[in-house]
Amino acid sequence: MKKLFFALTTLAVLALMGWGYYQAIYVAPTEATMGDVQRIFYYHVPNAMLSYLFFVINFVASLLFLLWRREDPGRAQAADAWALAGAEVGVVFCTVVLITGPLWGRPVWGIWWTWDARLTTTLVLWLIYVSYLLTRRFAAGAQMQTLAAVLSVFGFFDIPFNYLANRLWRTQHPAPVFGGGPDSGIKDPHMLAAFGWNVLAWAMWGLLVLGVRVYVERRQQGIDGAAAQAALAGD
Amino acid sequence: MESAQNSSNWTGLVLSHLRKDLQIEWRSREAINSMLFFALLVVVLFSMAFDPTADTSREIAGGVLCVATLFASVSSLNQAWAREIRHQVLDALRMTPSDGAALFLAKVLANFLFVSIVQFVLGPIFFVFYNLHPLGNVWLLLLVVPFGTWALVANGTFFAALSIRSRNRELLLPLILFPIFLPALLAMVLSVKTILTGDNSDPSLLWIKLLAGYDIIFTTVSLILFDIVLEAE
Repeated sequence: MKKLFFALTTLAVLALMGWGYYQAIYVAPTEATMGDVQRIFYYHVPNAMLSYLFFVINFVASLLFLLWRREDPGRAQAADAWALAGAEVGVVFCTVVLITGPLWGRPVWGIWWTWDARLTTTLVLWLIYVSYLLTRRFAAGAQMQTLAAVLSVFGFFDIPFNYLANRLWRTQHPAPVFGGGPDSGIKDPHMLAAFGWNVLAWAMWGLLVLGVRVYVERRQQGIDGAAAQAALAGD
Repeated sequence: MESAQNSSNWTGLVLSHLRKDLQIEWRSREAINSMLFFALLVVVLFSMAFDPTADTSREIAGGVLCVATLFASVSSLNQAWAREIRHQVLDALRMTPSDGAALFLAKVLANFLFVSIVQFVLGPIFFVFYNLHPLGNVWLLLLVVPFGTWALVANGTFFAALSIRSRNRELLLPLILFPIFLPALLAMVLSVKTILTGDNSDPSLLWIKLLAGYDIIFTTVSLILFDIVLEAE
């Protein structure tokens, strides 16, 4: 039953991503000045928005872990699994952003990379969460979970700066498409639809991977816990 | 009345931790000597690697100074806590009913003093090696350098305490500290560059203000979270 549900969900998500691809590449009209290269936008922006979602999941789960680690260790373990999965999926989304950005920048700006506020804070965001994942590898046990949760609180401080970077400063990175002022927003309905489908498809894909990661991590915690119990019992 | 007494207790606690750290450093001079020599080597290495002219010197000197300080202090920040791990001093400190934040603040103050001494000695050598003729308002350096050093030392002390609990303690500190310190490094390098080249690109001192804001935010969060790191098991 569980396997059937998983298989059906995966199929549905893949179909949705295929539909999103179709919308972005074939249905949405070609942009007037940039041409076809603008279609990267349908991947770059949804991934950037969703990377925030997963880093927020990591942050909230880390706070809950710190809150529960003494009173309610069982729930704290669940929160830790969510924090780990959130950071992992967030890093994947952020990587997609950092790869698609230069691919678009090269033809449109003529350069792969520039050190403006938006690009720099995005790279810092990626570096911080990679260091978070490294910390989790380098330390062990409950101590590692606490230290990682503390690091997550620090890492989260970059997100408001990243969000505000092209709102506060005049950056080479384009001005915000949504929530940037009276002139922002997508005017063409086909473009908006392609964008919306891709946000939905990538969100479903990310949440599916997140769910699988949480499930696997919970199983791993169960195995580790049983092994620790067995060692204590002297078997 | 009670809160006044508590706060004076807290200050006393910070001062006694600080006195201990300064006394140890005064007797051994481990941190300052190793940092000084290390930073000197970095300055010499960069000077040879790039062989800069007077103009490029002004452009890159801020960056070299910051990176030299960064590398030098990372090498000694680990030692500040490793010393407490020997003979289980850290465990003893954890068992005392005192506040972890006081211990943290004292360590930051001590390390800040050590790194500042290193910069003070290194500064003139730096000006000689790089043939610097600053064109801007040099007195602002007295504001920028301490702010940047504080950002480095406060975060560095915090993350050294965090990484000392892991298996590869020496390796982990730079991996965590560098990404988090990046915004402060950027602000420090850009403001030093503006001062040295005198190009007036930052008339409202935005970068210095950002650096000050960074110091306030990160020091506050570190003070709040330090107890959790100290008691992590």
